[in-house]
Amino acid sequence: MVHTSLDVVDEKISAMGKALVDQRELYLGLLYPTEDHKVYPSYLLCRYGYVTNSKVKFVMVVDSSNTALRDNEIRSMFRKLHSSYTDVMCNPFYNPGDRIQSRAFDSMVTSMMVQVC
Amino acid sequence: MSLCVLEGMGFRVGQALGERLPQETLAFREELDVLKFLCKDLWVAVFQKQMDSLRTNHQGTYVLQDNSFPLLIRMASGLQYLEEAPKFLTFTCGLLRGTLSTLGIKSLVTASVASLPTCKFQVVIQKT
Repeated sequence: MVHTSLDVVDEKISAMGKALVDQRELYLGLLYPTEDHKVYPSYLLCRYGYVTNSKVKFVMVVDSSNTALRDNEIRSMFRKLHSSYTDVMCNPFYNPGDRIQSRAFDSMVTSMMVQVC
Repeated sequence: MSLCVLEGMGFRVGQALGERLPQETLAFREELDVLKFLCKDLWVAVFQKQMDSLRTNHQGTYVLQDNSFPLLIRMASGLQYLEEAPKFLTFTCGLLRGTLSTLGIKSLVTASVASLPTCKFQVVIQKT
């Protein structure tokens, strides 16, 4: 599921590159909604993408039966994610490419998810 | 202390800075923008001054020149200590390489000193 989202993210990035638009935002917006037939009852899932300058991609999957999250809220969630990720990167004991095991990062993500549900 | 270790440390710091510094800026449009970012934002953040000149052959080689490099300024002025100077630049080479690496560019960075405190950093982009 996440892999198909990553394909869409790559498409969007290359499309943006060719368009030579001034809009070089990091936030990519809604990728695409799908129905997930594996889960019963079927949920409509929305995926949002965000790419950093260092080509790190964040994908957020949101169940849209949830009261529709406003665009602004999604953007601010991504900004918080980006900022926590940067903190993890700056930790000299963290090797880039490893699984992130930072407690601060995990608690930030958990608190974000709790806020939304 | 081995020079490789020093360069490696610079690399790791560069990686972190490459993540932290461009955080609020928009995505870089092309390679030259990244080099300009190095000369302006990175240099100011680390050395409180901008790089003095950036030259390129437009084929993947860039020469960044600093006419009064802060790490060399207190050492000497002119040709004294010319042999020892490059050792003090290793960390900075790693720093440049690390930042470039986070921003998606693989490179090889070397430094040369013709006369203190002026030094040049040569960045050669590695095409994969």
